[in-house]
Amino acid sequence: MNWRVIKDRLIANAMLILSITSVSFVFLIGIGLYWRAAPLFEEQTLLSLFSGDEWAPSKGKFGFYPFIMGTLWVTLIAIVVALPLCLLTAIYLAEYTKSSIRNIILPLVNILAGIPPVIYGVWGIFFIVPIVRTYVAPVFAAHSSGYTVLTGGVVLAVMIFPILVSIVSEVLRTIPKELKDASLSLGATKWETIKKVVLKQALPGIVAATVLAVSRAFGETIAVLMVCGNVPVAPASMFDGGYPLPALIANNFGEMMSIPLYDSALMFAALLLFIIIFLFNLISRIILNRIESKYSS
Amino acid sequence: MNIKKRKAEEVVFKALMVSACVVVSSSLFLIVGTIVAKGLPYLSWDMVSKVPQGGFYIGKEGGVLNAIIGSLYLAGGATVLGLLLSIPISIYLNIYLKSGSPLSKSAKLAYDVLFGIPSIVYGAFAFSIMIWLGVRASLFGGIIAVTLLIIPILVRTLDEVITTVPKELKHAALSLGATRWEAAKVILRQIKPGIYTAILLAFGRGIGDVASVLFTAGFSDNIPKYIDEPAATLPLAIFFQLGSPIPEVQGRAYASALILTIIILAIVIVSHVLAAKQTKHKI
Repeated sequence: MNWRVIKDRLIANAMLILSITSVSFVFLIGIGLYWRAAPLFEEQTLLSLFSGDEWAPSKGKFGFYPFIMGTLWVTLIAIVVALPLCLLTAIYLAEYTKSSIRNIILPLVNILAGIPPVIYGVWGIFFIVPIVRTYVAPVFAAHSSGYTVLTGGVVLAVMIFPILVSIVSEVLRTIPKELKDASLSLGATKWETIKKVVLKQALPGIVAATVLAVSRAFGETIAVLMVCGNVPVAPASMFDGGYPLPALIANNFGEMMSIPLYDSALMFAALLLFIIIFLFNLISRIILNRIESKYSS
Repeated sequence: MNIKKRKAEEVVFKALMVSACVVVSSSLFLIVGTIVAKGLPYLSWDMVSKVPQGGFYIGKEGGVLNAIIGSLYLAGGATVLGLLLSIPISIYLNIYLKSGSPLSKSAKLAYDVLFGIPSIVYGAFAFSIMIWLGVRASLFGGIIAVTLLIIPILVRTLDEVITTVPKELKHAALSLGATRWEAAKVILRQIKPGIYTAILLAFGRGIGDVASVLFTAGFSDNIPKYIDEPAATLPLAIFFQLGSPIPEVQGRAYASALILTIIILAIVIVSHVLAAKQTKHKI
């Protein structure tokens, strides 16, 4: 056989192995984390891990309830803040502006995706924390240090701007022009067309973008850890401090080796994050791929 | 509904959209502005040219050169390693496999999902591998964690770039009797600017990430000489110094944040320039 063909085949096999190995990391990560977390399951049931609200590693008590609630609070606040802003921005960019303005604003928003989390954290401490402490909390008659789940949520909201704005405006671009024209020619105003035709069509894409943003917010660690207060108690209001799961892992990694089961508990937290984010990403990517292939065909 | 009311609704929502747009696009300036305002007064030549001296963490002499170099080593090493793995992968998925083959489809989906996995999970996973292999927290451990983190970024970016190359180019090469590997080399030459963009993206992500290096790279006041020594990283240096009660040390955290922001913005600007060049020369 020709040497060139042999070379081609050899390289093909090498690259096939490489591709399969790297793809299998999706499963390897899950298996690896489960393996490290497994000792915990021998001691406690899943239910008691989720519902227990006492976190005392030295006494062998690992209740994840406060951390799960902390994560849910910051994520929920981030979405509530970011979603309306980003939807309006994406609609404006896709339907109202000229492409010259769009070409300035979209890159600006996308740069946000490149800013390191720790910079967001520093910004949160000097910008959002004082605002929450001196302006927002007093309005609700709450006394607060400023290091609250609200602060964490707002910082996270800014972090998910790029993902929401860029995906939603992409999705809006896939809406056929004929649909909009039909609605406009029937006498609907532009906003009515958007509200009743465009958004209805774009709904699956918007849901997918939101799910992606939620999973991004779920896993964000350092920025949230820096502004959230890190109190291991389930927050009762948005002016309470919280302690999200990723922050729990990051804060306690140093000391975990000295206490039995502590590292398993932290690996369980990582496994939990991994499973939730894996599922969320999988679902939303499948929806988005379907939209894309429909658009390109 | 009468026409006046409908018009009013239009006006109200348009105003809302404009203000949302202003809020979203101004947040970048707010962040950079805050960092510059806080960091600039503390920025000095010592900061970028010296490693921590004795008593650095109680406010004495020194800088964060160890962290800057550590971060460059770490992100640089991970980017090189990541490229060595991801270029063959994206060539295989796009050039060797027929488009729409089940393997290529599911692999791309897998990379999309891996792209969304947070860095703390990669950090935890890399840490358990390190325990398994008996590796201490070191530059090597950090490079492994960051490589895992940036491979999805590299593959996805390269993938996007390769799809912009006209299919005819591949077909022409193959029909002239070239093997797939030779066709791949032609296409690689075509996407060179895109590869630079991917490198910059991955490098930027690697240099800024904390959660993945928190337990894998360790921390050290010295510039690492060997790959098995612990290495400081810039984001981690910011994080540690910020936690100090001493004002001078905190000030240095702000200055370090400014240094990191400048590095990131420089990377963004260079990659935009490259992207502009690429569209100019596109066939």
